[in-house]
Amino acid sequence: MTNSERVTGRDLQRVADLANLELTEEEEASMLRDLNSILDHVAHLNELDTSSVPAMAQVSEILGSNSAGRPLREDEVISSLDRATVMECAPDSDGTFFRVPKVIER
Amino acid sequence: MAPEITKSPVYNIEQVRTSIHSREISAAHLAEEYFARIDAENSSVNAYLSVSRERAMEQTSRIDAMAAAGTALPALAGVPIAIKDVLVVQGSPATAGSKILEGYQPPYDATVVQRLDAAGAVLLGKLNCDEFAMGSSNENSAYGPVRNPRALDRVPGGSSGGSAAAVAAGMALATLGTDTGGSIRQPASFCGVVGVLPTYGRVSRYGLIAFASSLDRIGPITSTVRDAATILEVIAGYDPLDATSSLEPVPDYAAELEKPITGLKIGVPAEYFAEGLDPEVRAAVEGAIDKLRSEGAIVCPISLPHTRYAVPAYYVLATAEASSNLARFDGVRYGYRSPDSTTLTAMYRKSRDCGFGAEVKRRILLGTYALSAGYYDAYYKKAQQVRTLLTQDFLKAFNEVDAIVTPVAPTPAFKIGEKADDPMAMYLADIYTVTASLAGICGISVPCGVSSEGLPIGAQILGKHFDEGMVFRMGNALERLTPAG
Repeated sequence: MTNSERVTGRDLQRVADLANLELTEEEEASMLRDLNSILDHVAHLNELDTSSVPAMAQVSEILGSNSAGRPLREDEVISSLDRATVMECAPDSDGTFFRVPKVIER
Repeated sequence: MAPEITKSPVYNIEQVRTSIHSREISAAHLAEEYFARIDAENSSVNAYLSVSRERAMEQTSRIDAMAAAGTALPALAGVPIAIKDVLVVQGSPATAGSKILEGYQPPYDATVVQRLDAAGAVLLGKLNCDEFAMGSSNENSAYGPVRNPRALDRVPGGSSGGSAAAVAAGMALATLGTDTGGSIRQPASFCGVVGVLPTYGRVSRYGLIAFASSLDRIGPITSTVRDAATILEVIAGYDPLDATSSLEPVPDYAAELEKPITGLKIGVPAEYFAEGLDPEVRAAVEGAIDKLRSEGAIVCPISLPHTRYAVPAYYVLATAEASSNLARFDGVRYGYRSPDSTTLTAMYRKSRDCGFGAEVKRRILLGTYALSAGYYDAYYKKAQQVRTLLTQDFLKAFNEVDAIVTPVAPTPAFKIGEKADDPMAMYLADIYTVTASLAGICGISVPCGVSSEGLPIGAQILGKHFDEGMVFRMGNALERLTPAG
């Protein structure tokens, strides 16, 4: 990550593929401009020497209250969502299963 | 100045409970009063995406029956509340402000909704927000922008703009919002209401449509600090359905409010009063600090030296988590599906392309880039390390002071469209709120003045982890000392 490193159109296409996004030409141009502007700002993080600083993914790690230190819940059978309630929310169902449109043509 | 919505009669929670208990008013009548207000004002403000009249009336019947029977009423009996549309409510649409969730109706209630319901609250409906809670102005909703009731040409702030605007316009007595980088505190400040960021883990996130899971928090937006304390007490506490929910006991926040602030130490960080702060905001927040001093608090200059790195660290971490969380919206399981695809990949891509707005795509791309091979250590790990430094800044400061007072945002509410074409300028508007988000500490935004244009200005009071009682105590004192704007 340096100020001179720029995201290229090829990089953007690779990332869009990974993210399952389709970008129009117009979107590509504006996203490229915005990403480079944001990453220029992110590059300020390099001013800090963090070689001896632990990474923090969750605040609970610092508070010592992470779930890893907590006994897990009992493995109990509990009632789940009612089938009829779930089916009512589906756009299409036969009352027992979801009905979905076919996507792949053989 | 642009026109504003006239204020409706303002109730507070205690008045509602007492009036329903004494049968001066019925819960059903009160709910109808709020629905009438929504009918009259929502076309101007666009705060509500849907109303849930049927569910509200079922709840009011229960409460009115309890009042008629002389039964003790629960904490929020008959209180009309509305919910940001990133939280799921059974029987109501859940859009998260996105087209991709159009038509999705969840089959269950979020834990916070269950708890409000059990406490007797009357759920009026779902509130507009920036798409997937991504934004600082509420201009990113697929269902149109929300307008600030205090000046209709201004943004209400984001992403809980609908939640703040609904309270400010008298369309709900209280609302729930979510705060990932300032999304409760900033709109509360822009709309002249109270907004609470609880400690991470204090309130269960079960039933929240996730943006950035290590940062997302749910909190109340209200007209008064006392109402906010009452609602937080109802929704806080351990929930086995959220593995990050804390076992820390929930105190009696109402009792905390009554305690004096004499002798308490307030930290004022130099980094929050530097270049870029609007002079009127500076004057209002410094005035708030003076008022707290006059009440016996001791003001201590402090330093939070890594503050300037908070915005870049936040936008790397939040977008990385968002890119992962939003992968589930692929046209298969929820809402919108592109109708004209003949392969699975094309169906995913077309659904996501049509379903997501520009800001969501921008953040997904940034997050995916930061997590991709070759860049993970340079961006994601680096930002996590800076998060440690920012948290250590706060822990060190809280060894010396009881609370920290800062501005909420660098300016009062800006005009609709003013920052829409410059995402970096918009992100920098979060400079005073993202630090607390990264550190997991609690905070509150309390109105402390108005600009020369009549726009509300809020002060942010931050407390250490799980010290919401201190934040409410300080906020209550400030509210008492500050005439309503």
